[in-house]
Amino acid sequence: MSAIATLPTEMVRHDHVASRNAEQIALKVENLEAQYGRGCSACHELTGPEHSTNVCGQCGTVIACADVSFAVRAGRTLGIVGESGSGKTTVLRCLYGDLNPAGGTASLMTYEDGRANLFTASAQVRRRVRNFDMGMVYQHARDGLNLRISAGGNVAERLLAAEWRRVDQIRARAGHLLERMEIPRSRMDTPPSAFSGGMQQRVQIARALANGPAVVLLDEMTSGLDVSVQAGVLDLVLELQRTEGVAMVVVSHDLGVIRLLCERTMVMKNGRVVESGLTDQILEDPRHPYTQLLVSSVNA
Amino acid sequence: MNEAVVSEMPHDASRTQSGTHSGYSYAFLDELTKKSVRRAILKAVAVPGYQVPFGSTELPIARGWGTGGLQVTLSLIGPGDVLKVIDQGSDDSVNAVNIRQLVELTAPGVDTTAATEEATIIQTRHRIPEAPLHADQIMVFQVPLPEPLRVVERRESETRRMHAEADYGRIWVALYEDVVQHGRITRSAGYPVVVNGRHVMTPSPIPKWDVPRLHQAPFLSLFGAGREKRIYAVPPLTDVVPLAFDDYPFAIEDFDGAHCARCGSDDTFLVEVPQPDGSSVMSCSDESWCEARRTERGQS
Ligand SMILES: Nc1ncnc2c1ncn2[C@@H]1O[C@H](COP(=O)(O)OP(=O)(O)OP(=O)(O)O)[C@@H](O)[C@H]1O
Ligand SMILES: [Mg+2]
Ligand SMILES: [Zn+2]
Repeated sequence: MSAIATLPTEMVRHDHVASRNAEQIALKVENLEAQYGRGCSACHELTGPEHSTNVCGQCGTVIACADVSFAVRAGRTLGIVGESGSGKTTVLRCLYGDLNPAGGTASLMTYEDGRANLFTASAQVRRRVRNFDMGMVYQHARDGLNLRISAGGNVAERLLAAEWRRVDQIRARAGHLLERMEIPRSRMDTPPSAFSGGMQQRVQIARALANGPAVVLLDEMTSGLDVSVQAGVLDLVLELQRTEGVAMVVVSHDLGVIRLLCERTMVMKNGRVVESGLTDQILEDPRHPYTQLLVSSVNA
Repeated sequence: MNEAVVSEMPHDASRTQSGTHSGYSYAFLDELTKKSVRRAILKAVAVPGYQVPFGSTELPIARGWGTGGLQVTLSLIGPGDVLKVIDQGSDDSVNAVNIRQLVELTAPGVDTTAATEEATIIQTRHRIPEAPLHADQIMVFQVPLPEPLRVVERRESETRRMHAEADYGRIWVALYEDVVQHGRITRSAGYPVVVNGRHVMTPSPIPKWDVPRLHQAPFLSLFGAGREKRIYAVPPLTDVVPLAFDDYPFAIEDFDGAHCARCGSDDTFLVEVPQPDGSSVMSCSDESWCEARRTERGQS
């Protein structure tokens, strides 16, 4: 029996939370590479922003991301921006274990004290790390939710995977998280197929946060939400940053969201990182022509 | 491989006679088939609860009538063995009689019995005998549906991945949803269990009553699914723990003080037996046990 399941709901924190040091690097990624296709020796050379494509001209393989490196400290948030198809979702899926990367390393503070490469761990270990230490909000709710079981069940699944074994505590925690997402407890036993897109997205966020994970990956979490609901979701994320010491990676088209949530930002194009640094600097004084275009198109 | 367990099996490959009778191989199956079934059994014993694929063959009994269990029995049995076959607690059902006759016809030197304590191998459909079993007895279960995760996942590739990664959140959620909808866990026959702290397994459609008897049992349990071509095992002295919640614990059937109308037992698994006048009475499901109790009482 896991110790967390015996704690009162409001106090429930991941085992590692106490040891989370705000200055510690929670997640570190080096030279992450992922591809669709078999690849050839020329793939790397023939793709990227200087070729304006992520498709290898020789073999047709999609180099969905390559040479992606970054680190996120506990309690901090990294933003990823970039045009459609630039590889943002791919990066998150590799980290969460939905996609096997072709190369690179990822280390998690909560896994072997950050000394081991998560990508080369066994499937069972990766699953355990994902169940206990990570949360993910998918760009499309249908990828992140089981629409046939209840909203509460969707949150409960994450708690059960992390070995919570009391229904009353599971319901209290799930109900509490859903309420913070402005989904009333009275709807908690309804399947999310009956919900609006925005509500489904909020169920996903509640689900991602259920275990008090060390790292949360959020893919377009506010897209499709009403402005008023967006504000509530953003408030919650800001509060999590303050109180829970969670490291977050936020992918968003919305530079307003990035400016609000992320100290640091990474700009991707054609599967590569073209610029990264403090968000304010990038938005005020973009260096790369693509970033300049991105920023000016929003400001225009 | 657990050598101790293997050497405790009453009949290893070398002891099986190769002589034929009525034009059949000993115990009907040819030696190659028996060898491959035994290999699957050894693997199953080595990884408790893991479903080992095997090349299920045709038998003169329709699939779905216990061909998986029968192949296990025929591969193990040899001269000096005593076989008991029960179908839902009855030694006299057509299915049980057919299986016994096949063995009597093709395996000289094997005795059959209805007395549980005399048997070295007990092939069963849906029950474990009430009488305590001992270390040199083997239970062989006929299994219609070996995959406990099928209720939550249709795809075989996905259920295999889930077992490999010990990714059991979804079957737990099914139990959670059951509790939310019905106020209790309604699953009864084939109740899912965790074997050796690792694999989720279905104990075949035995009643909940029988499930605790698999936990740390002195005997070896072998499960054969003919149609789905799977063999799995619970070796002696292995943990078998039903999936349940701390606040909704596993409970066996409650007969509310009822006793067997024939032998008077109030500590056995009872079934309803319709009477000629349209009414019904409760009676032991294990007929040989019931019979023995009646004889015992007649003598005293
Ligand atoms: N299953 C797949 N098979 C082949 N190519 C794929 C597959 N999934 C994604 N891709 C390609 O990989 C590249 C990166 O896709 P990804 O989804 O990571 O982009 P993104 O930055 O998240 O885009 P968006 O902003 O539209 O969500 C794209 O060129 C995409 O077409
Ligand atoms: Mg995307
Ligand atoms: Zn190529």
